[in-house]
Amino acid sequence: MEFISYLINGISLGSVYAIIALGYTMVYGIAKMLNFAHGDVIMVGSYIVFIAVNQMGIPPLAAILISMALCTVLGLAIERFAYKPLRGASSLAVLITAIGVSYLLQNLALLIWGSDPKNFTSVVAIPALDLHLAGGKIVVSSETVITIVSAAVIMVGLSLFVNHTKLGHAMLAVSEDKGAAQLMGVNVNSTIALTFAIGSALAAVAGVLLCSAYPSLTPTTGAMPGIKAFTAAVFGGIGSIPGAMLGGVLLGIIEIMSKAYVSTQLADAIVFAVLIIVLLVRPTGLLGKPMNEKV
Amino acid sequence: MNALKNMKKTTRSNLITYGLVVAFYIVVQAMTVGGVLNNSMKGMLVPICTYVVLAISLNLTVGILGELSLGHAGFMSVGAFSGAVFWVVTGSEMPSALGFALSMLIGGVVAGVFGFLIGIPVLRLRGDYLAIVTLAFGEIIKNVLNTVYLGLDSNGFHFSIKDSASMGLAPDGDVIINGAIGISGMKKASTFLAGVILILITLFVILNLVNSRAGRAIMSIRDNRIAAEATGINVTKYKLMAFITSAVFAGMAGVLYALNFSALAAKKFDYNTSILVLVFVVLGGIGNIRGSMIAATVLYVLPELLRGVADYRMLVYAIVLIAMMIFNQSPQIVAWRAQMADRVAANPKFRKLAARFQKNGPQGKKEEA
Repeated sequence: MEFISYLINGISLGSVYAIIALGYTMVYGIAKMLNFAHGDVIMVGSYIVFIAVNQMGIPPLAAILISMALCTVLGLAIERFAYKPLRGASSLAVLITAIGVSYLLQNLALLIWGSDPKNFTSVVAIPALDLHLAGGKIVVSSETVITIVSAAVIMVGLSLFVNHTKLGHAMLAVSEDKGAAQLMGVNVNSTIALTFAIGSALAAVAGVLLCSAYPSLTPTTGAMPGIKAFTAAVFGGIGSIPGAMLGGVLLGIIEIMSKAYVSTQLADAIVFAVLIIVLLVRPTGLLGKPMNEKV
Repeated sequence: MNALKNMKKTTRSNLITYGLVVAFYIVVQAMTVGGVLNNSMKGMLVPICTYVVLAISLNLTVGILGELSLGHAGFMSVGAFSGAVFWVVTGSEMPSALGFALSMLIGGVVAGVFGFLIGIPVLRLRGDYLAIVTLAFGEIIKNVLNTVYLGLDSNGFHFSIKDSASMGLAPDGDVIINGAIGISGMKKASTFLAGVILILITLFVILNLVNSRAGRAIMSIRDNRIAAEATGINVTKYKLMAFITSAVFAGMAGVLYALNFSALAAKKFDYNTSILVLVFVVLGGIGNIRGSMIAATVLYVLPELLRGVADYRMLVYAIVLIAMMIFNQSPQIVAWRAQMADRVAANPKFRKLAARFQKNGPQGKKEEA
């Protein structure tokens, strides 16, 4: 029984990782860059929801929408001012810039909101949705249910968008070959911007779900889940949307199981060990396409 | 004077670098004797040396080898812990200078071994993947060290990853590493002189490596790996050489840092420390060893002197980091800078200036260390 409730917790945490990983994987697939600041967009989104709900009294659903909108703007601004000038520069330069943006967001948050943890009241708790399984032996909280359901909805929605709309096809084309896509009339710059916008909006959702499950909110809240979600994206195969989902859920299960059965302190180490093993054994991840190096 | 003129350019440049360090030492000593330095400034001297060594060694990986390592603090902590354990166990039994030197050697060797073990898998990867895996290794080292308990009694060493009680120490035994609390009650041993000597050793090894055949092989891998491989350069060997050298000096810097305090905990060596050193390297100029030294010193001292703006320190670092990258690396801005240089060159008034500009121009890689 214990095992099953750990499993459900793992899937729930993994769903949050999966939503974050979608942001990483789309940006990586299209802009070929590791957006280090993605985790910090999550943190900003959570603060926005926190302030909207706790200090301004806005209803949670509206607060989430506001947060998604503001994070989208933030994501677009980051792309426009920090990453776009570096398109075509070496990947080292882009990566260092992304680290700079991540630091900028964390320190801005530190100055604006202070370093003391904010107690994030869950905005997705609906007691009526708590599930009692196996005769009340397993209680699944409404946060868990909503997290898993929203992750599934986002994943299906995103797959439909990418595979069945013109904009989605443009994204696929840009990720395949930027130059060729441009020749076929795809506006590469706006497609990349769109990717950042979607990723950042998803980050806002992930932030709300993450903070509802782990209610302590600080300026560095997003950093660790961000890195773990990147791990998940790599695990599932970077650039692949179902891969991000699979990788996220598996990583969440691994993390919760290590916490439950091995050691709380070593859980992070185990998660990172998974990343290293995956990269060494199967660098393209579980569902990734093998890539050949062009000389 | 003539001898200085006839010297090779790199030799002269290296001598200037060593000279800077010695001059820094003399100035600081003079200030200490003159009573200009207060205690809090004296306390900063060893950490400055630590960060200078860290920045120089990270620059070898980032600037010369061209791979981004985000786990430099991991090597630092491995070195710090192994050196500090040796110091605690045997330091009291030998002359302190010998004990200190041996601790440093052991810290460096252990960090080098870790550099080798981590380097073999990591250096097969490239770019972003390599960066994220070094970050992962850094976090793993921190997490594991946080759970390590090590004790010593008359029967020898005892080890546990649960708690200090489960080591089963005899009553006469001592706990050396106490999990997340780390090592405490150490005798301080680091001095400014030791720090300066370590900087000089680091410079000597790394500058000679960079200007040797091996160093040129390493830089050729950075500039074009496939071409380097095609000309018969053993890519793995030279990558490992740079990575291990970098790890060894990070470990030594860790020992210097650890023995400057009476307590040592693994949480000090986190991701933020790695990033801080990376900031020093980037702001000093990627690939420019002297720049790393100056950046590490200035950026460490400045915020301590300007207490009022300490809150904004990391914010300013972040903005400068982004601005530097865009100014130096953005294709449009690089083209714009070249265009400006051409315009200046066309103007006879500025010919002298232009000659300098083109020598160090935006296109040229900063080769001179």
